[in-house]
Amino acid sequence: MNAISDPGPALLEVRGLSKSFGTLRALQEVDFTLRAGEIHALLGENGAGKSTLIKAVTGVFPRDAGIVRLGGVEVAPRSAKAAVDAGIATVYQEVNLLLNLSVAQNLYLGRQPTRFGLVREAEMRRCAAALLAEFDLHIDVAEPLGNYSVAVQHITAIARAVDQSAQVLILDEPTASLDRHEVEILFAVMRKLAQRGIGVIFVTHFLDQVYEICDRITVLRNGRLIGERTTAELPRIELIRMMLGRELAETTSERTAAHARQVGEICARFEDYGKAGYVAPFNLALRRGEVVGLAGLLGSGRTETARLVFGAERADSGSATVDGKPVRLQSPRDAVAHGFGYCPEERKTEGIIADLTVRENIVLALQAKRGLAKPLSRSEQEGIAMRFIGLLDIRPPEPERPIGLLSGGNQQKVLLARWLATAPRLLVLDEPTRGIDVGAHAEIIRLIRDLCDDGLALLVISSELDEIVTYSDRVVVLRDRAHVDELEGDAIDISNILAAIAVAGSAGAEAGQP
Amino acid sequence: MMSRLLQSRGLAQIIALLVILAVDRAVSPQFFDLRMQDGRLFGSLIDVLNRGAPVALLALGMVLVIATRGIDLSVGAVMAISGAIAASLADAHGLPLALAAALGAGLLCGLWNGFLVAVLGIQPIVATLILMVAGRGVAQLITEGRIVTFTAPDLVWLGNGAVLGVPAPVVVVLGMLIVTGAVVRGSALGLLIEATGGNARASELAGIGTRGMILAVYVWCGLCAALAGVIAAADIMGADANNAGLWLELDAILAVVIGGTSLFGGRFSLVLAMVGALIIQAMNTGILLSGYPPEFNLVVKAAVVLVVLLLQSPRFANVGVVLGRARQ
Repeated sequence: MNAISDPGPALLEVRGLSKSFGTLRALQEVDFTLRAGEIHALLGENGAGKSTLIKAVTGVFPRDAGIVRLGGVEVAPRSAKAAVDAGIATVYQEVNLLLNLSVAQNLYLGRQPTRFGLVREAEMRRCAAALLAEFDLHIDVAEPLGNYSVAVQHITAIARAVDQSAQVLILDEPTASLDRHEVEILFAVMRKLAQRGIGVIFVTHFLDQVYEICDRITVLRNGRLIGERTTAELPRIELIRMMLGRELAETTSERTAAHARQVGEICARFEDYGKAGYVAPFNLALRRGEVVGLAGLLGSGRTETARLVFGAERADSGSATVDGKPVRLQSPRDAVAHGFGYCPEERKTEGIIADLTVRENIVLALQAKRGLAKPLSRSEQEGIAMRFIGLLDIRPPEPERPIGLLSGGNQQKVLLARWLATAPRLLVLDEPTRGIDVGAHAEIIRLIRDLCDDGLALLVISSELDEIVTYSDRVVVLRDRAHVDELEGDAIDISNILAAIAVAGSAGAEAGQP
Repeated sequence: MMSRLLQSRGLAQIIALLVILAVDRAVSPQFFDLRMQDGRLFGSLIDVLNRGAPVALLALGMVLVIATRGIDLSVGAVMAISGAIAASLADAHGLPLALAAALGAGLLCGLWNGFLVAVLGIQPIVATLILMVAGRGVAQLITEGRIVTFTAPDLVWLGNGAVLGVPAPVVVVLGMLIVTGAVVRGSALGLLIEATGGNARASELAGIGTRGMILAVYVWCGLCAALAGVIAAADIMGADANNAGLWLELDAILAVVIGGTSLFGGRFSLVLAMVGALIIQAMNTGILLSGYPPEFNLVVKAAVVLVVLLLQSPRFANVGVVLGRARQ
């Protein structure tokens, strides 16, 4: 499928790797090839399977199927430590080093030079300084690591990994917390390592950085390999299409239902709404019976917009009005009182309360809205639960089952039911179809359409562009934590969204995550 | 069938209580004997209820705190404070003022703990450790290092009187259990506490005012502790700031955990926490009656607690299943 111009010697070969968690197939027969001396970007949206691939290769999880060869020899590390011993080292975004120990101690932790059982501090410091000098880093290695910047901490972690005879170095989002200058330092180190013949896997969501430093790109989506290309031959718009969309031809005809819908009056309006360092001020009007899609890459400000709208983060500029009246959204509680609802992306940690039953999870938001003094009786709760179990076809239809035992799709339906029970005017759905199997996926999309026909305003975030195009009446495009474009009516198609996202953002690295 | 029965909620605790009572009966044949004297019931069983009252009151507040995934280590110290206040004021100012001042102090202590946990976001174990240490010092300052005694008859009655033959401390516990149960299960508070303890972030996003709720449970816990302190002082007609309520916070936590409420928060049961307090006291009384030196008490208690907790542990249940299979 892919024309690979320079088939250099393969250093790390992954073939047919599969991994499932319960019924969720996180990786399906993924192939990946890393050549010696190259910097290889591993890209994909949240849930695409990047982390799972790394963890399956480095032995953090056992793999279900597939083989990994390092320099032609099959390896199957049982733990991250075994992977390091085999020559595959990983440096994560959160540096796993001890900030209270000195730089030298961190570099040689667990393998200190000793004489007669005593650590040779001076020898260790001399080696550490020499090791870091190879990376053009000249610092006092006796200082605690915590006194240095995050970039130095990363380079220390990399130096430690490489010094332990790594042939393959995996960098998982190393630049997320670095400023532009620090990124340059890190890139210089990466280039130096590549020249030494080490294969570097670079996981990131900053596309500008990919084009700056990577030789080759592998894209994953929904646990599958989408393709491997050389950076020089892959235009940015094509890359984004690989990450977000299906083939264009598949989706053009699907946009039918959205056209026929009647859009009502404005029910919530946000003007110059924003928070410094979080999302740039934006204008957003939401009408009854209308679906507004938020499109953009990971980290572009989609979830941040949703959290501001729902009061989970406090805006520091602009104003919000509900039905024409000004409101203050200081907390989710305020938002719920004004008839908002929010299904977060992190369903397990922010959505469900796993120990409670389906019934209790469904009535929770309604009960919170009614207040302590007006409890729903057990029979009222059961009535509400059974109504939504029937309406949304939640399976198994047992209101007393703990929600943690349901499948992802059914948990999502319970969360939808939680908000529908409050009769909301605006529902914010963040990645409503993430981690849900194909059948439930279609059902959730059908539900979204039905809800709008009933006059609800919906703000939907999705990484699946074909999905957004299918149900949205308007699409807001975000890039670098700002709303950059708005598409309406016939202008909504994947290629227009991609074009709006793909404009090379000069501020890609600086705007990074907090 | 058998396994289904064992899984039903509370059965393990009730069986444990019955077993301990049976053992008590074995070491002390007159254990179940009751007699009426001066309008008050006497007997070992009544002793268990009466002596268990302070821990039961503490457990009543503690169970709500633990359900929110918190813990309150300061309840023993709060008992000392409230006991000292009640004892100092009772003779000169009468019961109503003494009681109001003691309970007011407990309320303030609860507000302080709740403020540290809910508003400042300090870990509960550290936040309440502060008052655990400082509170006993405050109590010693109030009593000026002495054991303060009193004779005010209405305060003495709270520790030694009886209603229809039932000792006053037991009546107070029953009353508080009913009030707490009515507030927690009669309103939506119980559900919202369980949700907050189960997943605080999700609860916040569902529109629950988790902060106010956490503050409220610490205040209630402080109030319960203050009441326990008044009863303990009334019982001995004096306040001993050094020893009142000493280590009782641990008994209260044990009672809650034995009652099946997880330290990770979520589901809780008021009644089973009371059963937990009774289990602890039934053991204490049994060991005293058996004639063994009281030093044994702590060791035996530890062993029984270990058994009860093992019975509740899911891993231990798995071990049981594996052993069962091996036998087949």
